[in-house]
Amino acid sequence: MSKPTSNDAPDFARRAFVAKATTAAGAAVVAPGLVVTAFAKPADQPVSAKTRWGMLIDAAKCAADCTACVDSCGDQHGWRDESVGRPEQHAQWIRKVGLRDTATGHVTSVPVMCQHCETAPCADVCPTGASYRRPDGIVLVNMHTCIGCRYCMMACPYKARSFVHQTLTDQLPDTPRGKGCVESCNLCATLIDESSGTAPQTACSAACQKDGNGAIVFGDLNDPNSEISQRLKKEPSEQLRADLGLNTGVRYQHV
Amino acid sequence: MKKIDYREIQGNSLGYWVLFLLFGAIIAVAAGSAYYMEHNGHWVTGMDNQIVWGLPHVFAIFLIVAASGALNVASIGTVFRKEGYQALGRLSGLLAIALLIGGLLVLVLDLGRPDRLIVAMTVYNFKSIFAWNIFLYTGFMVITGVYLWFMMERKMNRFYKPAGFVAFVWRLMLTTGTGSIFGFIVAREAFDSAVMAPMFVVMSFSFGLAAFLLVLMATYTWSDRPLGNKVVFRLKNLLGVFCGAVLYFTLVFHITALYATEHHGFEHFLLVGGGIFTQLFWIGHVLLGNLLPIALLYWSKTGSSRFWIAVASTLVILGGFTQIYVILIGGQAYPLDIFPGKEVVSGGFFEGQINSYSPSPWEFLLGMGGVSVAMIMVMIAIKFLRFVPGSLADEGKAA
Amino acid sequence: MMQQVRYVLLAVAVLLGGWIVPTQQAAADIDEDIALGAKASAAKERGEGCVEPTEVMRSQHMKFLLHHRDETVLFGIRTKKYSLKNCISCHVSEDQAGNYIRINSEGQFCQECHEEAAVHLDCFQCHATTPRKK
Repeated sequence: MSKPTSNDAPDFARRAFVAKATTAAGAAVVAPGLVVTAFAKPADQPVSAKTRWGMLIDAAKCAADCTACVDSCGDQHGWRDESVGRPEQHAQWIRKVGLRDTATGHVTSVPVMCQHCETAPCADVCPTGASYRRPDGIVLVNMHTCIGCRYCMMACPYKARSFVHQTLTDQLPDTPRGKGCVESCNLCATLIDESSGTAPQTACSAACQKDGNGAIVFGDLNDPNSEISQRLKKEPSEQLRADLGLNTGVRYQHV
Repeated sequence: MKKIDYREIQGNSLGYWVLFLLFGAIIAVAAGSAYYMEHNGHWVTGMDNQIVWGLPHVFAIFLIVAASGALNVASIGTVFRKEGYQALGRLSGLLAIALLIGGLLVLVLDLGRPDRLIVAMTVYNFKSIFAWNIFLYTGFMVITGVYLWFMMERKMNRFYKPAGFVAFVWRLMLTTGTGSIFGFIVAREAFDSAVMAPMFVVMSFSFGLAAFLLVLMATYTWSDRPLGNKVVFRLKNLLGVFCGAVLYFTLVFHITALYATEHHGFEHFLLVGGGIFTQLFWIGHVLLGNLLPIALLYWSKTGSSRFWIAVASTLVILGGFTQIYVILIGGQAYPLDIFPGKEVVSGGFFEGQINSYSPSPWEFLLGMGGVSVAMIMVMIAIKFLRFVPGSLADEGKAA
Repeated sequence: MMQQVRYVLLAVAVLLGGWIVPTQQAAADIDEDIALGAKASAAKERGEGCVEPTEVMRSQHMKFLLHHRDETVLFGIRTKKYSLKNCISCHVSEDQAGNYIRINSEGQFCQECHEEAAVHLDCFQCHATTPRKK
């Protein structure tokens, strides 16, 4: 991982200890027999590898004409605010893709966004380490060190990243974005970090539950009791471009 | 080493100043273009979120690849002890540094945040081939600079051979690194091949030598200095061999790709149904960029004419440019295969479509600015320092 | 010769003095005129301060922000103290219609002082200049 750009590096040992202590405390208060949903860490604690956030997307439930996930993502993060340029130049953090099996003719529709790979090609190729993977599995761009070379966009197998082609104004407070940097789905990291003590949701998964068809389940892949882990254990699922061996945090069913 | 009389060119002719002003004007326009693109953002260019690297990168990669190739002439003299090449060593090293600086300038000025160049120079991710290249490029300039110094400073002359050897090894690493920028990209079937690295090395031999031949002939013709046929013919014969080698690697690249059924779609796109890219590949890269130059260089009637040798060198450069364009832009134009076995029937982000690219004038001008920076550096250097021998006439120069 | 050197030195001293003194004067003025922002002004009236003493904030705020920035971006620590979002929510002003005024616009908290100190401010190329809409 890249070194922090600040000289006053945080005390990792202390953090790891505190994180362990709080996790243990969190587990203790849960009554036995309850299906536990992963809780987010308190706001003053660093993220830890004890958690790995991920999503399970069931194509069988995803309706071709529904764009609830895409719309809520746009509202949450403020992309789709371009005033100039061609559509090919505009940002796209998440999109719906309609597919037909060339052999059988079976038609499906799924949302595609950053797959939050464990071994992310974007993080591998980034010259400054601006593309990085947080300990809790979220792949992010540190826009303070991104120089806008776009090598990550060349390397991403999912076309999940966008380059900001114009000067932006009136960005949203929780999602800083700016000209000349690359951006992509951040798995609503701010929502997760600030959801202390409750079960976090991404904007897309919440919208899919509420306005869509409940095709997206968000949760902690490292927690064996979470809904997503239970489903992944019992039901078949797949990774996009599984041949690349990237161990993606986003999984699909019935594509 | 024979005593060679190196002399500055006079550089007072009308032609010199016209050329100087021409390159200067292009650089000024290029600087304006770069500012325009950075000020507005990349929406004013032909690049977008589908074709993320465009014409500036074609120029930059071409110049960087040609730079390491231009050093070959010096390496042949120093490392392989071919006396006939030793007199050309200084100009070879100079051209190498100049082309590299030109290429890097284009690359840096196309960044989304060129103001953060200091970040690129201080914060590294050592797993990134791009970060290695930053060291390879700066190292190349330092090593070649030292090599030049050892060649030109009599007191240091005895060290120039080891320096030349280091420079030779370094330039091979540099081009391997540049080729690997693409070779390491597993996501795109157009790039993901180990053949990329050696292919880029051979491409650098060819482009660099063509650029060197043109600069050499132009310098001697315009400064009225004798340039013997032996020197020119030796270089042009070598250029013909390099063109053949480029074709060979192109062939190997596509045959290995064709062997895997999963790549048939892309190969069909590039070789048969890719429209402009197919035309550029067959007509630009294969025919005009390599087959025709080979014919011109080896056919006795044209092969003995300076004019046709210059035409052939120019074709090699344009063909090389086309080759990089086809590899880089063509490789991005072909859609990513995210869902193997599935056909995309609808998509929010141009999935499953062949992407098109029409470069803006700004990108072209920025690229030409890089070329002009390289050329103007050579012009200034040979006017004030002793880079070129006063005479390269044939007599008594046999090797 | 010495005489000339003396004149030159005197001229330099006068010029430098003329440049430094008003700047210090301006720094002193900031206390009175600066747009502190709605919530920050109210807090000041109640006798409350910023997250650190004013003098410390004035000279060190960028260090706090940079440190907090790395903690947030790299490790997901999102405490409010030292967070840019929190600075803005307190120091932003509202116009007569009750809409937020961008904090990097003329005369606003961040902009006014940075203009006075002639320090380039580039946070707001990416960061929001107002809190989330009410």
